[in-house]
Amino acid sequence: MPSDGFFRNLWRSFQKKPPEILEQSPTPKLNFIPGAEPREKLDPWWWLVVAVAVLLVLLIALKPDPYWDIFLFVRDGLAITVELTVISFVFIIIVGLIGGLGRIAKNPVIHFIASLYVEIIRGIPLLVQLIWWYYAAPALIKEIGQAIHWDFMANYVANPFILAVVGLVVCYGAYMAEIFRAGIQSIPKGQMEASRSLGMSYLQSMIHVVLPQAIRVVLPPVGNEFIMLLKDTSLVSVVAVADLTRRGREFMAAHFNPLTVWTLIALLYLVLTLVAARFISWLETRRKY
Amino acid sequence: MVKPIIHIENVHKHFGRIHALRGVSLDVNVGEVVVILGPSGSGKSTLLRCINHLEVYDSGTIEVDGILLKTAQNINTVRREVGMVFQSFNLFAHLTALQNLTLAQRKVRKRSKAEAEKIARDLLKKVGITEKADSYPAQLSGGQQQRVAIARALAMNPKIMLFDEPTSALDPEMIKEVLDVMLALAKEGMTMVVVSHEMGFARAAASRAIFMDEGQIVEEGKPDKLFTNPTQERTKLFLSKVLQI
Ligand SMILES: Nc1ncnc2c1ncn2[C@@H]1O[C@H](COP(=O)(O)OP(=O)(O)OP(=O)(O)O)[C@@H](O)[C@H]1O
Ligand SMILES: [Mg+2]
Repeated sequence: MPSDGFFRNLWRSFQKKPPEILEQSPTPKLNFIPGAEPREKLDPWWWLVVAVAVLLVLLIALKPDPYWDIFLFVRDGLAITVELTVISFVFIIIVGLIGGLGRIAKNPVIHFIASLYVEIIRGIPLLVQLIWWYYAAPALIKEIGQAIHWDFMANYVANPFILAVVGLVVCYGAYMAEIFRAGIQSIPKGQMEASRSLGMSYLQSMIHVVLPQAIRVVLPPVGNEFIMLLKDTSLVSVVAVADLTRRGREFMAAHFNPLTVWTLIALLYLVLTLVAARFISWLETRRKY
Repeated sequence: MVKPIIHIENVHKHFGRIHALRGVSLDVNVGEVVVILGPSGSGKSTLLRCINHLEVYDSGTIEVDGILLKTAQNINTVRREVGMVFQSFNLFAHLTALQNLTLAQRKVRKRSKAEAEKIARDLLKKVGITEKADSYPAQLSGGQQQRVAIARALAMNPKIMLFDEPTSALDPEMIKEVLDVMLALAKEGMTMVVVSHEMGFARAAASRAIFMDEGQIVEEGKPDKLFTNPTQERTKLFLSKVLQI
């Protein structure tokens, strides 16, 4: 369905005819709330995605000597970067939601813990946090393991990928918590009160009344975080994760051709972020409320 | 003697340094329609919101249908029996009129989808909005939204309905359509507590009118009597201002 509409729109944008002529099929009559009508027009920024993709393909096709070789070498890193981003993001959403609810909780203990988490994490650079999780956390785990004579912990071997996910989730979760907090607080209090007055519990009211409305508010900043995360995963290259950036460094160390390597790597990141940005803006137009 | 369905005794409520309720006591019997009026800031909304515990009161007791409002369990039981209608409608903005009526029925009353929708459609018909069932709140006029909000509360089969200035956010031409629904409800014998300055409604439907000022009940009586022959100076002053408009 989505790709279908996308290619149809893409095709249409290459034709100079007005869209009404092509669009004859009657769209099902849905009641969209004012301000949330789906946009039928093609997102104009797709041309940039296409342009960068074409440039990449041309480079690889016309000069396979360095470019195709580099691509083959770094493609597993590309996969790691995507995996790392997607896996981390799922957990970031969960942590952000819990953190955001904690920030607005009436219970002072929960509120304090959530606020402390946000304040501490936001005060430390991501790179330092990643390094801490990779070097310091395993040492800490081992020490504790030795102290309590628990061999499983004492012999803990660091898994770079998992620790990188942990580092990214802990850091981005704090920013996400603030986004969710602001989103939830932007929904008028009367919505929660009406829901409670009907006998629904706090959690039911959150899930069925407040959060569905908050999604509309938080979608743009959440999408923004996703793109930031995609780019920030390049930092994990310093903590032994063989992502796109690290694979690029490895190739450069072997062949010493910085110009071609880093041009290709930059273009690969650009394609990823541009596609992600288009996907997010498509999501924003798709929501019914 | 019949036990009152709402029993409020010496309730106090502070907002920081504001003493919003100063020892309010009030009994409401089954089938009674009580209209509360009073100047802005006199604590009318606060009192109403204490009845279904949207506001936590500091001291005193409130019993609804024999249930003391103390534990969370009791609060939810009471809220199921007490419908509330707000000045600003507070319809769920992301749901259609019909879905606004079915959500709590399904989640709280655990009714099936078909059953909830049947009840919802019947109620929408009753308040005169059959054709707008699939519209979103933003597509409805104020009067229509408020009637949907009343229907939403009724869908839970409450024993008591609370109205907090249900018509004061409405354009004059829409006030009547909402008051008509409320009048019909009163005629059916619903127990109602209504904060409103609609004298016409009070005279036609209310068994009692209550005048509040500065967090206290100053005077109460039959609407006709209270409006034409108030005994307290503050009531007279307030009524003279309201009646001028
Ligand atoms: N959430 C709150 N926080 C702080 N003060 C509040 C809050 N709600 C009400 N108050 C204060 O309590 C007092 C009583 O308010 P209340 O809303 O009950 O008055 P009201 O009679 O309903 O007035 P109105 O006719 O303007 O609606 C007012 O002084 C108000 O400022
Ligand atoms: Mg009020």
